Amino acid sequence: MTTTTVNRGYGYADLPGLMELMSGDEKHGPAATSTLDALWVLYDRVLRVTPERADDPERDRFLLSKGHGPMAYYAVLAAKGFVPVDWLPGFGSYDSPLGHHPDRVLVPGAEIGSGSLGHGLPIAVGTALGLRAQGLHDPRVWVLVGDAELDEGSNHEAIAYAGPAGLDRLHTVVIDNSSASYALPGGIAARFEAAGWSAETVDGRDHDALYAAFTAPHPGRPRVVVAQVEPKTA
Amino acid sequence: MDTMRDRFAPVVSRLLDEDPRVAVVLAEIGVAGFEDARHRHPDRVINIGIREQLLVGAGAGLALTGLRPVVHTFASFLVERPFEQVKLDLGHQDVGAVLVSASASFDWPSGGYTHMSPGDIALLDTLDGWTVHVPGHPDEAETLLRHAVAAGDDKVYVRLSVQSNAEALAVDGARFRTVREGRAGVVVAVGPMLDAVLAATEGLDVTVLYGTTVRPFDSAALRRATDAAGTDVVLVEPYLAGTSTAAANDALADLPHRVLGLGVGRRELRRYGQIEEHVAAHGLDARSLRERIGGFLGATRVSA
Repeated sequence: MTTTTVNRGYGYADLPGLMELMSGDEKHGPAATSTLDALWVLYDRVLRVTPERADDPERDRFLLSKGHGPMAYYAVLAAKGFVPVDWLPGFGSYDSPLGHHPDRVLVPGAEIGSGSLGHGLPIAVGTALGLRAQGLHDPRVWVLVGDAELDEGSNHEAIAYAGPAGLDRLHTVVIDNSSASYALPGGIAARFEAAGWSAETVDGRDHDALYAAFTAPHPGRPRVVVAQVEPKTA
Repeated sequence: MDTMRDRFAPVVSRLLDEDPRVAVVLAEIGVAGFEDARHRHPDRVINIGIREQLLVGAGAGLALTGLRPVVHTFASFLVERPFEQVKLDLGHQDVGAVLVSASASFDWPSGGYTHMSPGDIALLDTLDGWTVHVPGHPDEAETLLRHAVAAGDDKVYVRLSVQSNAEALAVDGARFRTVREGRAGVVVAVGPMLDAVLAATEGLDVTVLYGTTVRPFDSAALRRATDAAGTDVVLVEPYLAGTSTAAANDALADLPHRVLGLGVGRRELRRYGQIEEHVAAHGLDARSLRERIGGFLGATRVSA
C-alpha cells in the first residue's frame, strides 16, 4: 500500500518524551501506554489521514473510544502534526484543549469525543453506514476500545449488528490488558467471530504483527484485532 | 382520521427521495412503513434491530459523515433508554439528528407504564440546544417533520401522538399562535391539548396561545400576551406537568407573575384502559381543566 502520512520529524522513539510533556515524569499509567503501540502503527503505517486531510470525506476515520488515559493518543497526534507539541504541557488545565478525556470539538484530528465507555463502536457503525450511503467505499473506519469496555452492552449491540450487516469497512482494535473483571481467555475474539467478524489476536507491542493484522484482507466482514498487552495489574 | 404516526413513513419516504442527505434509522419499530423506500434507498433506510443504544449511536455516526439522520422508535426507547447516547453521541459530539417518537405519554394505555413516556421532554430539557415540536394534528405533524429535517444540522425532537385536535392550524415550526384573546390570564395549550383547553375556557375572558414548538420556548409571544391579559399564566401540556414552568418563569422573570403547570402527573397510575380514562385521571379533560384554570385565574365570564 502507499503511505500518504506526512513525516512530521517525530518517530516512535520520541513518544515517551512527548508523553512526559503531559505527565511531567517518566512514569505513565497503564491506561495511557497500553494503546501506544497500536496507535503508533495505525497512524504511522495504516491510516490514510493527515492534518491537511482532516476534513477530507475520503479520509480514513479513527475513533478513540477508550478515551480514558489519552496521553498516548495526544502524543501520537502531536508527533503526526495534528496538534502542536506546545499544547502538551497544558494537559488537563482550564485553558488547554487537551483534557483527560478528548473532545472532538477541541482537538484537531479527533473524530469523536470520548470518555464514557461504550460509545465509540456504535458511532463507528453509523460512520461506516454513512460513508457507504454516500458511495464513499474507500475510507476505512477504525475504532479503538479497551477489553473491559467491551462489558458495555452498547458494544454488544454494535458487534452483533455489524457482522451480519457485512460492514467490511469497519475495524475494531481491542486493547486487551486483562482489565475486565469477568473474562475468559480468548473470549474476546470468539465473541466477535460468533457475530460474523474476521478476528485475529496479536502481541500488542509487536509493530510488525500489529501491521500485518491491521492490513489483512477480510472481504465482506468487519475486522477485529485483539492487541494483547501486559495486564493492567502487572 | 389517520394518526400523526401514519404520516411519518410517507413524509420521510418523500424526503428520502428529495434529499440525498436524509437517512432513516429504525430499531424494528416502524420498519414496515419504509419497505418501499428501503428498496429505493437501501443504504439510507437502516434497521439495526432491537438495539436502542446502537440506534442513537449509529445515528450520530451517520451525522458525523454529513448525513441528516431521522431516528425513530417509541419515546421510552428513543429518549429514556439511550439517554446518555442522546447526550453524548449527539450533543457532546456537536452533531444533529431528528428524533421522532411515537407512543407518547399514554398513547397505548393497555400497554402499561413500560410504553409510557410523559417525561421525555423534561429529560431533553436537561440538555442544550434541542428544538422540540409537539404537533396537535397529523397535518401539523407533517409540516413539523419537514421543518425538522430541513433544520440544517440542528438537534430536533418531534413528538408524535395518537391524541389529536379535530382541526389542524397553520404552524411555522417556531412560534406560538394566538387562538383567543382575553384580559384575565393567559393559557398556553400545547399540541393535542388545544381542543380540551378551548372547551375548558369557553366563555372565559382569557387569552389562549397554541404551542406546537415548545423549545425554544416562545417567550416573546407569552410576554406579548400578558400585556393585555395580565401575568397569570397556565400551561397545559400533554406530558409531565410543569415541564415548561421554568421557561415561562424565565420569560416573565422581571415581572410579578404566577404560573400554574398542568399536564401528566408524576405518580404512576398502574392502570390500563383507554386514553380518555387516563386523560381524566390526570385532570386533563375539559371539565377538570375548567375547574383548575378557572380556579387559578379567578376568570370571569365574558359578558355577552
